[in-house]
Amino acid sequence: MARKLPKREVVIVGFGWTGAIMAEQLTAEGLDVLALERGVWRNTSTDYAVTNAQDEVRYRFRHDLFEQLSRETMTFRNSSDQTALPMRMLGSFLPGTNVGGSGVHWNGITWRFLPSDFVARSHNEERYGPLPEDMTIQDWGVSYEELEPHYTTFEELCGISGKAGNLNGRLQQGGNPFEGPRSKEYPNPPMDMVLAPKLFAEAASGLGYKPFPFPSANMSRAYTNPLGVSLAPCTYCGFCEKFACGNYSKASAPTTILPVLMRRQNFELQTQAMVLRVLKAADGKSVTGVEYITPEGEIIEQPADMVILSTYINHNVHLLMVSGIGQIYDPRSQQGLVGKNYAYQITSGVTVFYDEETHINPFIGAGALGMVIDEFNGDNFDHSGLGFIGGGFIGQTQTNGRPVESLAVPDGTPKFGAGWKKAMRENYGHSVGIGTHGAVMSYRGNYLDLDPTYKDAYGRPLMRMTFDFTENELRMSDYLTDRAVEIAEAMGGREMTVSRRKGPYSIVPYQTTHNTGGHIMGASPADSVTNKYLQHWQMPNLFLTGAGAFPQNPGYNPTGTVAALAYHSAAAIRRSYLRAPGQPMVQA
Amino acid sequence: MAISRRYFLTGASVLALTGGALARSYRGSVPWSSKTARPPSPAGLHQTFFSAEERSVIVAMVDRLIPKDEFPSASEAGVVTFLEDQLAGPYGRGDIYYLQGPFQQGTESQGYQAEAPAILYRQAIADLETAIRKEGTDGFTALDAEAQDDFLTALSEGEQELEHVDAKTFFDRLWEDTQLGYFGDPVHGGNRDMVGWKMIGFPGARYDYRPYIDHNGKALDLPPVSVAGNYQREAN
Repeated sequence: MARKLPKREVVIVGFGWTGAIMAEQLTAEGLDVLALERGVWRNTSTDYAVTNAQDEVRYRFRHDLFEQLSRETMTFRNSSDQTALPMRMLGSFLPGTNVGGSGVHWNGITWRFLPSDFVARSHNEERYGPLPEDMTIQDWGVSYEELEPHYTTFEELCGISGKAGNLNGRLQQGGNPFEGPRSKEYPNPPMDMVLAPKLFAEAASGLGYKPFPFPSANMSRAYTNPLGVSLAPCTYCGFCEKFACGNYSKASAPTTILPVLMRRQNFELQTQAMVLRVLKAADGKSVTGVEYITPEGEIIEQPADMVILSTYINHNVHLLMVSGIGQIYDPRSQQGLVGKNYAYQITSGVTVFYDEETHINPFIGAGALGMVIDEFNGDNFDHSGLGFIGGGFIGQTQTNGRPVESLAVPDGTPKFGAGWKKAMRENYGHSVGIGTHGAVMSYRGNYLDLDPTYKDAYGRPLMRMTFDFTENELRMSDYLTDRAVEIAEAMGGREMTVSRRKGPYSIVPYQTTHNTGGHIMGASPADSVTNKYLQHWQMPNLFLTGAGAFPQNPGYNPTGTVAALAYHSAAAIRRSYLRAPGQPMVQA
Repeated sequence: MAISRRYFLTGASVLALTGGALARSYRGSVPWSSKTARPPSPAGLHQTFFSAEERSVIVAMVDRLIPKDEFPSASEAGVVTFLEDQLAGPYGRGDIYYLQGPFQQGTESQGYQAEAPAILYRQAIADLETAIRKEGTDGFTALDAEAQDDFLTALSEGEQELEHVDAKTFFDRLWEDTQLGYFGDPVHGGNRDMVGWKMIGFPGARYDYRPYIDHNGKALDLPPVSVAGNYQREAN
């Protein structure tokens, strides 16, 4: 029997970026907020000390900051006619654990999505006619204009380093000319560029493109955010993405929000509280709290007036499924919405090799240090006759010189042995990688449901992922890769290698931790799980933050939009929900 | 259901104990206490995982993967010390991996489907020795260098099968782990005297490169450092 604790006003499940944003916003409103985190507390300055953090073995390859699959994982297959098998080791994506979540080890690239991204179905149909029958993309039910102030809030919280391209409708030199109008310049200037992004930008400019600095949550200078929390200048140590920053130079929940939030008396954080399910009212019209397990194995029932699920998307979707909240999507009948429209991103790369006199010094890096072009993202270019919709950015980020993760050798190099060793020695430090980072639309056959065979450490069925790249995405990625090759040719190297993304999708090599969908937002309960305030349509005291809300995945890193959606939701809760608690904020 | 707006202004910082001996409830302050850092755990100098026979096979294999030239071979650089420590510890046991059955081999895109890495290594070494002896040679170490390379290539392409484990899964682990032993931080037992880093010009665990941002393509020739400092030690 579960031990039942006194009721709380708000319970937040998962304490990464969005959990901390919701907690900060709702405690500022005076609510009593309890956050439940499966992982432990970590001190930024000591646990991630600048004397310890630069360890490729420990962090990148032995996953010190990532979730432990021995506790919970998922099964995976490319298509419905295969048997899904467990993801036994992490590979393609790397969700985090502990306080701060994946936001502790992110790279810090902080985009806004394009205005047209939020109306992907109506915009593309209007411009290009009917979409493929099995493509299940949707409009988001929220507009760029509605999110704009919340994007600004997040950028100021983080101290994003960048250059605006569109200020209140006026185009700005040196920024992204394709971005939606922004109300303010970035709070910090762009980072200082090292050689590699300069080579990329020069070549891209020569081809007529408009390169601009990646919007970066790595600090270009010392910064104090609106909460009064200070961040320090980035030292370009080259251990950023997949690592934590003990120098307070990368914005994360622990470095931007927690120093203030933890002092508020109406906030409590419980760590090592593994939430197993969300509890429903008998009439199925609201949730009553959550049930979690302690490391000692005790089951606790935590009642709450309001529950916010802020775990990584896979776990948000899984919690809905194992709690019996909503109908699980079935691709045959196309009934059910939980697990529908799972999407990902599609990446490819080109590596330019220079002669031995040109020292790239790749170890001088930061997660979001680089230059990028946006000419081929979203609908920034005419897709007529191309055979696909969507796009992505093409950029050069100099993130690191970690030898095992980032080794690059030319085509024709032996797989191992003396020839490999020689090529490694000759090319390390003399190569520059260009990446493409593309959208993935949603499809009838790409979805999440429950596995019939495998169980997690708590006895719950694992979630099952069925996903593959489709023709639209592979064509789009090839198109982006061709453009990247043209830029690479203009960069003046000795030779290049081209790494195209080919099907089938593999869960093995790292690609991006940008999984999306499964509890999608929208304008109607007929085709979405939550309304535009991330409020569950049928259980209005349940909210779901995170990229699980994305109806499909645009061609940008998601964190800026994930955070803007959380602020948008929190603002609506403060403005309207609290006046009529338990009521839907959008009428179905 | 009504949500009241209450402020909890109790003033004092509370660090409650709930449900056990560990502090897991945090309220009223940013938790911090001294001596809580988690430094890297150095590899056990005399940690052993392999038997003498297994070890000789592994030495021979990693020294074909990264052979000696002007720079040391894998085993000379401490890769086997690294492997011993890794396989005897959390990695070998697969502490953080999902290891519940049923086990079955899937498609390549479904990834690792073996049992814990320690079990995989031990079984693979036994299986490959058996396979080579069946062909009339006295194990991997008795093959000449060219035959060893051919055997490793066949493993890597899944052409040489092993009786109990997936050959390519084993090769992929061995190759990645060998690189980690050669280029990983020496605190983990490999990369002796930071020789892997010196070979390619990686400065290791440095913290601040701001003076060098405008290097403009020049060599920096920064001597490497380890997370454990200027780390050197005797061979295992």
